[in-house]
Amino acid sequence: MNWYEFMLRNRSEVFERSLEHMGLVGASMAISLLIGLPLGIALVNRAKLQRWVVGAANVVQTIPSLALFGFLIPVPWIGGVGASTAIVALSLYAILPILRNTCTGIAEVDPAVVESARGMGMTPRQVLWQVQLPLAAPVLLAGIRVSTAICIGVTTIAAAIGAGGLGVFIFRGLAMVNNQVILAGAIPAACLAILADSALGYFQRSSARR
Amino acid sequence: MKTPSDGFQDGYALEFRAMTYRLPSGSPLISGLNLRIARGETLVLLGRSGSGKTTTLKLINRLLEPTEGEILITGRPSVSLDPIQLRRGIGYVIQDAGLFPHWTVARNVGLVPHLERWPEAKIQARVREMLSLVGLPPEEFAERRPSELSGGQKQRVGVARALAADPPILLMDEPFGALDPITRADLQKEFRALALRLQKTIVFVTHDVREALFLGTRIALLDQGRLVGVYAPAEFLKATEPEVHAFAASLEFGGAHEGAQ
Repeated sequence: MNWYEFMLRNRSEVFERSLEHMGLVGASMAISLLIGLPLGIALVNRAKLQRWVVGAANVVQTIPSLALFGFLIPVPWIGGVGASTAIVALSLYAILPILRNTCTGIAEVDPAVVESARGMGMTPRQVLWQVQLPLAAPVLLAGIRVSTAICIGVTTIAAAIGAGGLGVFIFRGLAMVNNQVILAGAIPAACLAILADSALGYFQRSSARR
Repeated sequence: MKTPSDGFQDGYALEFRAMTYRLPSGSPLISGLNLRIARGETLVLLGRSGSGKTTTLKLINRLLEPTEGEILITGRPSVSLDPIQLRRGIGYVIQDAGLFPHWTVARNVGLVPHLERWPEAKIQARVREMLSLVGLPPEEFAERRPSELSGGQKQRVGVARALAADPPILLMDEPFGALDPITRADLQKEFRALALRLQKTIVFVTHDVREALFLGTRIALLDQGRLVGVYAPAEFLKATEPEVHAFAASLEFGGAHEGAQ
C-alpha cells in the first residue's frame, strides 16, 4: 500500500489532522504577531534593548524544537501535555522572524522620508501608521512569511507532546517503520506550507508594488 | 560681526539669542549663535559640511532643542510652542525631497492641509494651485508617484508640499544640492522669482557660494558652529574674514558671480 492509497483510505483522519495542524499554526501565528509586531515597533528607537530582545529570541530559536516542547511540559499554567503547551512553544519560535523584520523593516525606511514627515508636523503616531508601517510592509510580510513556514514545519513535532496535527502520522509511521504513513503526514504538511507561502508571497508583492 | 541694515522694522520672524546646541556627549555643534531674521527675507546659511547649518534649521522647527539660549519665533520662545503645530506652520524642504513614495504627488502636496483637517474640496483646489505654482501641470502630475518623477520634479513637489498650508516661514536644506547643474540653475531662477513674489521668511541652507549670492537677501556664514558674520550679497566678496576668503576662492574657477547684485 503506497502513501496516497493510505491517505485515501484514511482521508477523514488526514482531513481532521490537517485542520488540527492549521489550528495550531493559526493560533501560534496570531499570538506571535500580537507580541512580535508591537514589540518590534516599541524597540525601533531603543537600539540597546533591541539587541537584547532580538538576541533572546535568537537563543530561543536555537533550542531544538523537540527539547523546547519537553521543557515546557512541567511549567505550571502553560505546561502539560496537549495543544496549549504546543502553541506556547510554536509562538516562541514564530516571534523571532516577525520581531526582527519589524525592527529592520522600520529602520530601513528612508530617513529623509521620516525626517520630512516629522518636520512637516506629523505626530509620532501619524509617522508610524501613515509612513513607517506602510513603507516597511514588504519587509514585515517577508518576516511573517518565513515565520509561517517555520511554524508549519515545527508544528509536525508538536504531535510528540500530544497536540495532534499532521505530525501524528509522522510519529506513527516512525513507530511502525512505515514510510508510507510518514508521507501521509509529511506531504499534506508540505502542501500547507507551500500554499501559505504563496498566499503570503502574493500579499508581499502587492504591498511592495504600492 | 556685521549686521547690515535690516530694512524690516516690524519685528523679526526668527531670532536666535546666545543659542548653543551640544550633543549629549557635550561637544557643541552650534556655539553662542546670535542672529535675527527679518520677516520676508531670504537668509542663506552658508558653510562647509559640519559647520552646523542643518543643525540650525532643525533647531528652528524643534527637531532638535537648544542646549542653552533660546530661539524666538515671531517673538515667542520656541520651547513655549507646541512642536507639532509649530512644524505645520513652517514649510520644510530637504535635499532628497523626502516625498512619501507610497503616496501620489497630490497626496504628498496635500499633507499638511490634511493634517490640519481642511475640507477635501479646499485641499484639492490648493494642491492644484500649488502644483501650477511650481510649474507642474496638475492634470499631468497629480496622480503620479514620486518614483515617476525626475530629481528636479521631485524638488518642485517638495516645494509645493512645503507651501501648501501657506506657512509664513520656509526652511530649505540644500534643496537643489543633488540636481544636475542645468536643472539646478532653472530651479534657482524660478525659486528666486517665487520667493520675491510670496514674501515668505526663508532660511536657506547651502554650501554653494554662488547659490548663496544668487538667492540670499543676506548671507550668514557659519564655520565650525560659529557665526562668522552676516553679509549682504554685494558685501560678501569684499569681506575681510579669512573664512569668507576661503569661500570666495572657491568661486574663482567658475569666474563670474552673476548673482551678486
